Amino acid sequence: MKRKILLMKVFILVTICVLLVPMSIPEHQVNAFSPQIIQHGAVGDDVIELQSRLQYLGFYNGKIDGVFGWGTYWALRNFQYEFGLPIDGLAGQETKNKLVKASKYNEQHVKNALNKGKKFTHYGGVDLNKQKGPATGGNQQARQQPTGQTTPQTQQPQAQGGAGQQAAQPQAQQKPSATNVPNGFSQNDIQLMANAVYGEARGEPYVGQVAVAAVILNRVRSATFPNTVSGVIFEPRAFTAVADGQIWLTPNEQAKKAVLDAMNGWDPTGHALYYFNPDTATSGWIWTRPQIKKIGKHIFCK
Amino acid sequence: MLRGILIGILTLGVAGTAFWGYQEHREKNAVLLNAENSYQRAFHDLTYQVDLLNDKIGTTLAMNSRESLSPALAEVWKITSEAHSDVGQLPLTLLPFNKTEEFLAKIGDFSYRAAVRDLGDEPLSDKEYKTLKGLYKQSAEIQKELRTVQHMVLEKNLRWMDVELALASEKAPNDNTIIDGFQTVEKTVESYGETDFGPTSIGLQKQDDNYKYLKGKTISEREAIKIAKKYAGANGNVDVRVTENGKGSNYGFFSVSLLNKKTKNESNMDITKKGGYPIWFINDRDVKKQSISLNDATNQAIKFLRDNGFENLDLFESNQYDNIGVFTFVTNENDVRIYPDAINVKVALDNGKIIGLSAEEYLKSHHQREIPKAKMAKGEAKDKLNPNVKVMEDRVAVIVNDLNEEVLCYEFLGVLGDDTYRIFINAESGIEEKVEKLRNAEPLYEDVV
Repeated sequence: MKRKILLMKVFILVTICVLLVPMSIPEHQVNAFSPQIIQHGAVGDDVIELQSRLQYLGFYNGKIDGVFGWGTYWALRNFQYEFGLPIDGLAGQETKNKLVKASKYNEQHVKNALNKGKKFTHYGGVDLNKQKGPATGGNQQARQQPTGQTTPQTQQPQAQGGAGQQAAQPQAQQKPSATNVPNGFSQNDIQLMANAVYGEARGEPYVGQVAVAAVILNRVRSATFPNTVSGVIFEPRAFTAVADGQIWLTPNEQAKKAVLDAMNGWDPTGHALYYFNPDTATSGWIWTRPQIKKIGKHIFCK
Repeated sequence: MLRGILIGILTLGVAGTAFWGYQEHREKNAVLLNAENSYQRAFHDLTYQVDLLNDKIGTTLAMNSRESLSPALAEVWKITSEAHSDVGQLPLTLLPFNKTEEFLAKIGDFSYRAAVRDLGDEPLSDKEYKTLKGLYKQSAEIQKELRTVQHMVLEKNLRWMDVELALASEKAPNDNTIIDGFQTVEKTVESYGETDFGPTSIGLQKQDDNYKYLKGKTISEREAIKIAKKYAGANGNVDVRVTENGKGSNYGFFSVSLLNKKTKNESNMDITKKGGYPIWFINDRDVKKQSISLNDATNQAIKFLRDNGFENLDLFESNQYDNIGVFTFVTNENDVRIYPDAINVKVALDNGKIIGLSAEEYLKSHHQREIPKAKMAKGEAKDKLNPNVKVMEDRVAVIVNDLNEEVLCYEFLGVLGDDTYRIFINAESGIEEKVEKLRNAEPLYEDVV
């Protein structure tokens, strides 16, 4: 009896192995996706491929930009729903296998277009040449949208061949054409604040720079200051770097990092609204503010 | 002969310099005048807006019908916001003018709340009416003061540039008429003290709970260092600096800075004196490459939080910035998300180490709460949504609403067009408490152009 069970087990194992081998071949050949689990907020090559494949199947109609945003998230969940996978919004191994099986990914087409900054699409069943937009993204792009999209199911047979045969020599890491920004801010806000932080605190330690950025944001939130980043920064006499033009120096990466940290919720100052350098402060009034702490050369106060 | 040529050249040189100097002088004056004019505009605008504000508050007092009251209050709100922006354009930062600005903001807040509420269902209460009367009187006083200043400015041809200079130079006693005028305004407002704006304007008072929910004994400096070392994963070879909070802080904390002698890598951290909780932690390290996925980093963050006593957390947001993963977690209590209990973690994607933590909000709001039972069924709440929104996900959550109260809500994640929205419906009253449009990734402009 025991033996019979064992035999059965061996048989089943062998069958599974035999069945699995042909399935896994295409992946090894083209080495689609890296082994990582892709989740919301991720950036990079895998996301570009994920978006392209989802678009190929007609789940994703947004821009292929290499950032896993909400559009990609819902597309992925719909895909998981249609293909009977657990719906978790994570592109794990099983989901990726299914995707690779069901869709083609023309890496070269996508990456060329991304490199050239063109508008393009990557739908299955439409000639790729028709999916390239004009060199500088114009409004005509809408015309290029494939009409009469077929449903993913009907496309499956033709897609069965496996993943992107044309996928050529592996390219260097593709830079995504979009970026994550903290909620409520734009890249230009980040840039402007980085300018201010660099002008005000470039000699300070990193925390000191985060602190200056945090003070700007605390002021935006405060009722006694203007309600926008630019309003706060350009308030007359508010920042010496603005008054003497140092704000227009080109900020380094560290200043930008500091600004991002502050926008993402780090406030090393304990809700300070003012800061000053005790060696150069020109106003007696600032000394009367309740002081919270000192970071680098700056004293932070309420 | 030679002398003649020399004299000629010199004369030319002198004449040239004089001409150049005159040009420069003219340009400088033009620029100064420009700056002066924009200050003047902001100032006269401000006095005009305050005039208008006083008038408008006066008219609302005489109104009775909802149809006219709501727009009038909305107008008051608009005027305060414009006056506020005018103040922001004047070089008053070095002058204590906060009280006046705060006062303006409070009037705005009060009128906004009254304006958006359905005055047919819930007319202005007697108390609010009294507040409005008080505001009318106070704004009249401010108006009078400002008009006096304005009169002086016009009569004596006073220049804001001089104000700037007077404010900037420490030595000069502040005897400028404009400064005096604004100081009087500030004093007048200060004397109003806490005008009672009623319960509707708590939203402005920033919640500053001073970490009242924290438990535990006061820690010593040495314990603070120990905690910081644990967070930074530092062993042995570090320079340690500890400072206490300044006198102006509402709560006690230690600031610990650890400098790794070998790598020159610095970690900074603030720790509450009471109980030794981490307020924030930052390790400034350049992360040059990505070798783990965002998902792995999430798991690292969860593990790190659990190891440090932060439990029952849900991943709320995850974002990758270059080679750094930033995560926001919120408490999950019996399948109810508690949004005020938010905690941020930063993970380096090269080795999965935690390089940042911000637990301020969490520490300030986390406590054992009584979560009320929802009075509405989920379906009922869903009926309150805009029918065009396609709901994709839902759950129960506690959020802080506009009035700064914690309320139990149904949370719906829905799609409308290409955009995703997070909508909170109050589980008791069915009010739409909050609707947020969730941000998509922003295209990089260099690539678009």
